[in-house]
Amino acid sequence: MTVVLNQSFTGISIGAVLLLIALGLTLTFGQMGVINMAHGEFIMAGAYTTYVLQQSVSGAGVSLLVALPLAFLVAGAMGALLEWLLIRRLYTRPLDTLLVTWGVSLMLQQLARDVFGAPNVQTTAPDLLTGHITVGGVTLAGNRLFILGLALLCVLALTLILRLTPLGRRIRAVVQNRDLAEVSGIATGRVDRTTFFIGSGLAGVAGVALTLVGPIGPTMGTNYIVDAFLVVVVGGIAQLKGSVITAFALGVLQSVLEYSTTVSVAKVVVLVAIVVFLQWRPQGLYTLRTRSLA
Amino acid sequence: MTTTTPLAGKTATKPPVTEPPAPFLERFRVPGAFLLGALLLLGIAPLVLSDFRLSLLAKYLCYAIVAVGVSLAWGRGGLLVLGQGVFFGLGGYAMAMHLKLADAAVTGQTLPDFMQLYGTGDALPWWWKPFADPVFALAATVLLPMAVAALLGFFVFRRRVKGAYFAILSQALAAAFAIWLVGQQANTGGTNGLTDIQGFFGYALDDPVNQRMVYVVVAAVLLVLMAAARQLFVSRYGELLVAVRDSEERVRFLGYDPANVKLVAYVVAAGMAGLAGALFVPAVGIISPALIGVVPSIGFVIGAAVGGRASLLGAVLGAIAVAWTQSTLSDAYPAAWTYLQGLLFVVAVGFLPGGLASLVTVLRRKRRTHNPATEGAA
Repeated sequence: MTVVLNQSFTGISIGAVLLLIALGLTLTFGQMGVINMAHGEFIMAGAYTTYVLQQSVSGAGVSLLVALPLAFLVAGAMGALLEWLLIRRLYTRPLDTLLVTWGVSLMLQQLARDVFGAPNVQTTAPDLLTGHITVGGVTLAGNRLFILGLALLCVLALTLILRLTPLGRRIRAVVQNRDLAEVSGIATGRVDRTTFFIGSGLAGVAGVALTLVGPIGPTMGTNYIVDAFLVVVVGGIAQLKGSVITAFALGVLQSVLEYSTTVSVAKVVVLVAIVVFLQWRPQGLYTLRTRSLA
Repeated sequence: MTTTTPLAGKTATKPPVTEPPAPFLERFRVPGAFLLGALLLLGIAPLVLSDFRLSLLAKYLCYAIVAVGVSLAWGRGGLLVLGQGVFFGLGGYAMAMHLKLADAAVTGQTLPDFMQLYGTGDALPWWWKPFADPVFALAATVLLPMAVAALLGFFVFRRRVKGAYFAILSQALAAAFAIWLVGQQANTGGTNGLTDIQGFFGYALDDPVNQRMVYVVVAAVLLVLMAAARQLFVSRYGELLVAVRDSEERVRFLGYDPANVKLVAYVVAAGMAGLAGALFVPAVGIISPALIGVVPSIGFVIGAAVGGRASLLGAVLGAIAVAWTQSTLSDAYPAAWTYLQGLLFVVAVGFLPGGLASLVTVLRRKRRTHNPATEGAA
């Protein structure tokens, strides 16, 4: 029983990381149908922001707290710039955007390699997060709990923004029907850029979280990006809860399979499970109900 | 456009020199270009290139074979295949497994060398055993990738999973396959892959003469596949495939099943990638997860994008050019190569979607629109 609970918690914490990454993707993919391959490098930008900040600010706890909003701004600005420079010119060709952003991601990785060096770097976690607490025989690591809390906080904040603010209403309108939103007087171009800013900023926040559980390196984004895309594919783009459910489901499935078999077999089984799932819901868990054929 | 009858008023001022070329010559343009290519690859290249350069060219041509399939599936079918590395790898590993077993048999051993290092037991895994048979191994290099593609494609296309969703799934397949290979070190050689291959069906690969023979085989396979793909492009199926790319729903309303049309393109492209992988092994002497994972899988697409995805010749030349640039630059200036590769994606895909093959057309159209004389007339 304890083993099951321990594995479930590991799965949930894997899911929380996936969720943090996939949240931004859901937003940007839902908005313009664009798969942004450079999303992984925005994660990396967030992580390096934490690293650079820790070189100048002494306390690990303070620097982590400052890093969260700063990484959001840095990664968000990069995303908005990318959208303005490239993506908005290509949004009638979503598949080409995928390859173009992949090119951007290659260049950003090399840039990180040139600036920070190819070897991975480490940050020190605050003392508060290095310990762990035990509840009923289940060991809960502090850093994992922090990431879980951060992910849930981001979901909450994003939900509130989308549901309650005028900006959120505009974003939902553009996602649901771009043309109708445009003729209703919404400046879709500006909404796109704002969405990209928020979505990419969330990647930066995810990057800060990842510094707590792993090394920071130029290719750190690519390790997570494929799984995060799968979350979006399975979750669907219509509602955030699709991504939330899928991220935790995939995380738990992954960790249970890793426990009973091996990491490599687990990856293959998860992929097969996803293809089987898409037989049932080809557009993902939550879809927009429209009469359009596409 | 030159064959359509021009308007009477416009032809009156034109000199007779601009008459459309005779249809007789036009009919021999494609076979002529094909023969010229065959002469270059099989006749001139082996004569002028050194052994070293020739074996490099063999490697580039393997990538070009993958590009033929990419041109079919992506250029003509609109299927963004980001996981061709899986099929390249399946073909490559099938071939390498046979060659490793043959190498071991020559020295009188039952296990390939790496298994004696990492292996837990003395017995060959059951799924290695059939690969000792050369006919089975050769068939598997093509049929195994095609079977995997058919399985994934059937389930994915049947439920109309398309666009970016399909691209992501094909990419996830590449990621899962590479991770699986690394994880099964005792059976697949893990990160190292299958290396140090000595013989190729009884011919020693360290002999330059045999390396030249491998080159000739690779070049011949490329030419045959290009001819086959060309026939497929101009066939009724080829037109249907383009129609599915451009308007899938309309094709469905006309009574065709787009899922089957896409499936054929995906499976054929996978078979070509498998064959390319199988030829890559004797040409380069190694197959490893690093050659077939997510990153190299996208790399298979970029050559076709640079040259022109929908143009067969463009895709092939693009793949060769990109591979050549990579091997020339990446040793001396690895950083410069990565920047250039990224830039190629951005420029070629973003701003020249037809690739270099469309450059002339694009420039001509640009000049026409910027020409003040025609602007005034319009």
